[in-house]
Amino acid sequence: MDVKRRFVLRGAGAAGAMVAAAAAGLVKPSAALAAPFNKAAHEAKNTADAMKALGITSPAESKDIVIKAPDIAENGAVVPIEIESKIPNTESIAVFIDKNPFPFVGSFDVSKSGVPFVAIRVKVGESSPVRVVAMAGGKAYTTAKEVKVTIGGCGG
Amino acid sequence: MADPMKIRATLQGDVADVRVLMAHPMETGQRKDASGNLVPLHFIQTITAQLNGKTVFEATTTQAISRNPVFAFKVKGAKAGDKLSITWEDNKGEKRTDEITLGG
Repeated sequence: MDVKRRFVLRGAGAAGAMVAAAAAGLVKPSAALAAPFNKAAHEAKNTADAMKALGITSPAESKDIVIKAPDIAENGAVVPIEIESKIPNTESIAVFIDKNPFPFVGSFDVSKSGVPFVAIRVKVGESSPVRVVAMAGGKAYTTAKEVKVTIGGCGG
Repeated sequence: MADPMKIRATLQGDVADVRVLMAHPMETGQRKDASGNLVPLHFIQTITAQLNGKTVFEATTTQAISRNPVFAFKVKGAKAGDKLSITWEDNKGEKRTDEITLGG
């Protein structure tokens, strides 16, 4: 398994563990195909901690990441977000909603798809920046777009 | 057993524009049911797409993704007749794989 492109593993020590587990025959090939689940990023209560858990360091602000999202979302439970990275050799795209109780939304490995694009629908709890990080050539790039919500979408 | 995914893909040259609708409650663990009990966390946490058996797109996702997720992504190097399969797995270990052939 090529762990270089899985930036979710960097800095978490999980890369070594996964390689060791695979070598020991503990990780079946089919399990290794799916992107590993990063518990620390998932449970982080703020974007900075989630980024740290994903091994993202010093992301540089970039105008080459395009986020399409509504300025005002009527329904915070279903907010459509489209992301395209114009940065050459983009390997992955990660999304955070800063003011959500758990900001990490997901990370998308586009290294093999050949097109650094993803569209998702997310829950936005309250008006918040939607922050995107694109990893390219081992460096992190970022931009954010503010989405206002009239009805929050996270809880009951 | 989860309901099937609806996968649609259009080919523009050698780029497959893929859109998939998944049936899943994507519970945040913060919602209360009619009796006032918290509905437990239940969400898709990994997604993999394969073109003719080769992984072309992968994702790890959280409960912040909306109920009945809709995702779109693009795959370069695709052609009519290619098999596109998508697999999701959730935090309870439930899995679902669906497949389409490109180009109808």
